[in-house]
Amino acid sequence: MENSVEKPETKHSLAAEGLAVGYDQRQIIADLSVEIPTGKITVIVGANACGKSTLLKTLARLLKPSKGRVLLDGKSIQSIPTREVATQLGLLPQSPTAPEGITVADLVGRGRYPRTRWIRQWTKADDEAVADAMTSTSVLELADRPIDELSGGQRQRVWIAMALAQETDILLLDEPTTFLDLTHQFEVLDLLVDLNKRDNRTIVLVLHDLNQACRFGDHLIAMKNGAIVAKGNPADVITEEVVHDVFGLHVKIIPDPVAGTPMVVPLGRHTTRTDRVQDMVASNSAVAALAASAAANGVCKPSER
Amino acid sequence: MTTAEEAVHIISHARAVRQARTVAVIGVLAMLVFVTFCVSLSLGDFKIPVIDVVKTLFGGGDKATEFIVNRLRLPRALTGLMVGAALGMSGAIFQSIARNPLASPDIIGVTYGASAFAVFAIVTLGMTGLAVSGFAIAGAILTAFIMYVLAWRHGVSSYRLILIGIGIGAIATSITSFLLTKARVEIAQQALIWLTGSLNGRDWSNVQAMTVTLAISAPLSVWLVHRLRILQLGDETAYGLGLRVESSRLGLIVVGVFLAAVATAAAGPIGFVAFVGPPIARRLTRSPGPAMITSALIGALVVAVSDLIAQHAFGETQLPVGVVTGVVGAPYLMYLLARTNRVGSGG
Ligand SMILES: Nc1ncnc2c1ncn2[C@@H]1O[C@H](COP(=O)(O)OP(=O)(O)OP(=O)(O)O)[C@@H](O)[C@H]1O
Ligand SMILES: [Mg+2]
Repeated sequence: MENSVEKPETKHSLAAEGLAVGYDQRQIIADLSVEIPTGKITVIVGANACGKSTLLKTLARLLKPSKGRVLLDGKSIQSIPTREVATQLGLLPQSPTAPEGITVADLVGRGRYPRTRWIRQWTKADDEAVADAMTSTSVLELADRPIDELSGGQRQRVWIAMALAQETDILLLDEPTTFLDLTHQFEVLDLLVDLNKRDNRTIVLVLHDLNQACRFGDHLIAMKNGAIVAKGNPADVITEEVVHDVFGLHVKIIPDPVAGTPMVVPLGRHTTRTDRVQDMVASNSAVAALAASAAANGVCKPSER
Repeated sequence: MTTAEEAVHIISHARAVRQARTVAVIGVLAMLVFVTFCVSLSLGDFKIPVIDVVKTLFGGGDKATEFIVNRLRLPRALTGLMVGAALGMSGAIFQSIARNPLASPDIIGVTYGASAFAVFAIVTLGMTGLAVSGFAIAGAILTAFIMYVLAWRHGVSSYRLILIGIGIGAIATSITSFLLTKARVEIAQQALIWLTGSLNGRDWSNVQAMTVTLAISAPLSVWLVHRLRILQLGDETAYGLGLRVESSRLGLIVVGVFLAAVATAAAGPIGFVAFVGPPIARRLTRSPGPAMITSALIGALVVAVSDLIAQHAFGETQLPVGVVTGVVGAPYLMYLLARTNRVGSGG
């Protein structure tokens, strides 16, 4: 019954061909093909309302494309029984809703639905999967608390735990780091990397922070107006030209002093507060690198303000 | 740092606590229902000690008590219990599907549709008894069908369902009023009693109808409740978990309508039982889920207690049971509407 997580040869693949998707009359995606690299972390970036969630929902068969198809293991996803899909592909929607008064453990447990039958014998394996999911997201101590009484970040981690309890090879997450503080953002992203490394899972997520996208993504997809404008390695995708094209924002790209991946420094109309930079340069080598690079590129020069 | 072992223990413990509470609530409610049931069988023109009632029920009473209990009082009491249980379950289904406490079959149009048809049968066609029940069922089903079709737009959203339901309910109510104003006084009075919801003169045919209904829908509900728990998470999450959302919702609506329709056909539109039962059940069990069994028991208890009050609390005057449930339910409706307005959401 369990999908053999240990056996890499049963890995599932996800792709889409010539998708056209819309709501009612309005077309959001016109003609989009994409291949999600199996066993890698793919990050989708793009401005608000460019169709990231729409693409993710289509990949998860929540929206039916008017043209084209989504392929799970080479087969049209609409032709596979939806329950079977749910054991291979899990989705965390952007803003999920829970019934009033539901407790954390109860909600996470419902992620086991695709793996149970209607005369359900809740087994030890189910308890273990739930416990594992809740431990990884550090929500175990909240087990008996009602969801409505949690902070936004705690709630978000509970939802991630529910998606994890589904134990799918492919995991699609729509902005899993919104509401989270910086520590928990990195905890969640590190967790996803763990899952990817440990079980070789395929992970697709939408992120708004380009620096995080570069750091954690093996593969990046940049979207604009319902189409893919660039895809590939972070270094190839996150360039000054692409970022300007996608977000309409002038930026400088420098190497991330910690990870070496591209790091985006927005220029904006008001440059950084130069009076503070001097103090920080002394104390922090990362900032020093940044400032040096900025200076070298002629950004943020005090004389130019 | 908790070990994996401890983590599993925490999870299974949390689950056990949830279940234990539900089981305890069900046990206590079942006792209360049984006690009320026995008391209602013992009271009447000829009072029978509760002990003798219990003996008779288990086949050990004398001829006279057996006649009074089994022939005269049992059908009414049983019909009451089963109607209450059916209404409770129906309310639990609708409220969970719509994720809104306002969405019970007696608030959205289903029972109003049944009433309009029943009144048409009584007033215009001069029918009585089973024929009226048949019309009531047809009315409920037709109303629900129209509601579902009108609410359909690439699937059915709960808000559209509720709003359209309330709209159709209003139309059905005005049809009922129109029919009543056209009718002769005696017939209108007969229709009015039916409209309040009454258990007077229920016999074994009603018991049979209700037994068949519950025998069909109880297993169906057990089967569907598993899906209902997933449907409650919202359409997107439910799709993601591999639930066939539209067909599950349609199946649940069919069962919910069927329960409400047959209950209404048996005892008239007893107001507010389907509406107040499930929230009480959810509060008692502290469960977010539909709490079907608990809702059924609360529904049975509410009808049984209300009927006791209606029959015996006012001396010679016997009220229809719907008057009592209305007195309890209407304030709750106002409370809910007031609270909803303050919070500014649909609940
Ligand atoms: N349910 C819906 N019905 C109609 N239009 C929708 C619906 N959901 C999204 N849209 C529209 O589709 C377009 C793309 O929305 P989508 O949610 O895919 O954007 P996004 O890239 O995820 O944006 P964000 O970064 O804000 O989450 C938007 O113009 C939005 O208004
Ligand atoms: Mg989005």
